[in-house]
Amino acid sequence: MKDHAVSKTVLKAINWNRLQDDKDLEVWNRLTANFWLPEKVPLSNDVPSWATLRPEEQTLTIRVFTGLTLLDTVQNNVGAPSLMPDSITPHEEAVLSNIAFMEAVHARSYSSIFSTLCGMKEVDEAFRWSEENPHLQAKAQIVLDKYRATEHPLKKKVASVFLESFLFYSGFYLPMYWSSRAKLTNTADLIRLIIRDEAVHGYYIGYKYQRGLETLSEAQRQEMKDFAFSLIFDLYEIETKYTEELYDGIGLTEDVKAFLHYNANKALQNLGYEALFPPQACEVNPAILAALSPDSENHDFFSGSGSSYVIGKAVATEDEDWDF
Amino acid sequence: MGGLVYYSSASGNTARFVEKLGLPALRIPIAEDAPMPEPSGPYVLISPTYADGEGRGAVARQVIRFLNDPDRRALLRGVIAGGNRNFGKTYGRAGDVISAKCHVPVLYRFELAGTETDISRVRAGLETFWGMTCSTMA
Repeated sequence: MKDHAVSKTVLKAINWNRLQDDKDLEVWNRLTANFWLPEKVPLSNDVPSWATLRPEEQTLTIRVFTGLTLLDTVQNNVGAPSLMPDSITPHEEAVLSNIAFMEAVHARSYSSIFSTLCGMKEVDEAFRWSEENPHLQAKAQIVLDKYRATEHPLKKKVASVFLESFLFYSGFYLPMYWSSRAKLTNTADLIRLIIRDEAVHGYYIGYKYQRGLETLSEAQRQEMKDFAFSLIFDLYEIETKYTEELYDGIGLTEDVKAFLHYNANKALQNLGYEALFPPQACEVNPAILAALSPDSENHDFFSGSGSSYVIGKAVATEDEDWDF
Repeated sequence: MGGLVYYSSASGNTARFVEKLGLPALRIPIAEDAPMPEPSGPYVLISPTYADGEGRGAVARQVIRFLNDPDRRALLRGVIAGGNRNFGKTYGRAGDVISAKCHVPVLYRFELAGTETDISRVRAGLETFWGMTCSTMA
């Protein structure tokens, strides 16, 4: 009988006690500690609030959420898995599998919101809208093109960071806006969990991108940077059209655009690059910033009146490493 | 003017912030076996945040190890925290934890590697702060 061994490749089991990159374990621990499911958020408390939205505001909200669902679907099915073959360490591959799964949880969450708040007919219409909207389709398509296996591994990472840290934000704006007006506050709690996950994803993939750059020549690094800035510019052009189409009706387009600029700069920072948009273009409505990080300590010595010192209030300081 | 001490992980965000500040600064090493910097006078600490959803683990282990030394801790006058607003209520939490542990004020918070606005506010803020701190001590 013939030997079954077709290939002599040794299959390697992942050993988490031998790390090549400490960041892998750090991020794995953050992601797993932050694990959540939509069932933990009491979305049904938003039913009365949903009823106070005008019909066009409800339609806008459902459309925004189907748009976000599409991006999460792309990232779950194609984006994160396409990065796995490029992993430098086995632990990176494991982290990416966590990222892929959480994108599925995010995509699933929007359907939980829909089933709690909306009728099937409106939701079906919004999904149809998401398939027919040229700007939404274009941005998903551009990113998908970069995920092709033939692309340079670092270009896939650039596209992935832009999806995680930039493309979601025209959508995330709306639940933060409702929350700042005390509407759909439980839905906003759920979206904040998604935003928190996407922040870790963008940070980690951006970090791996920077590690990858270190192996390139100066000329190749410059080419990669040109690619990144050109891609964010293309995506930004589509985002502005998408934003206008969604938000012109309720007069929020300019406010959303400031939020887009602010997030585009943060996406570039995740890749280790400088800002593209100047500070004046990034003055996000303070109510939106406050909705992003509610209850965080926002007063500090340099930006306050300077009249009093601010000493931290009760926070978890019992970390075992402190020895005083 | 007093000094600056900072920590930045391999992602380099805080290092880029400090570089843009353009002020002399001592770096707390990433490697646990590397020697710690020994500030010779009062300083402000710039620390990123690594909190999970509950705020645990906000301060990097190497920063904690640096502050565990009573002599180094005695010279700490304030903390500037890096973070990301997308982490919601734990945004810049490292600043709150260090402030509570070491009884120094949180001077400022910035996101990732900071913006131009952050840089000019921190430069101006540090100047004012050290002016006040020196006159209080004189």
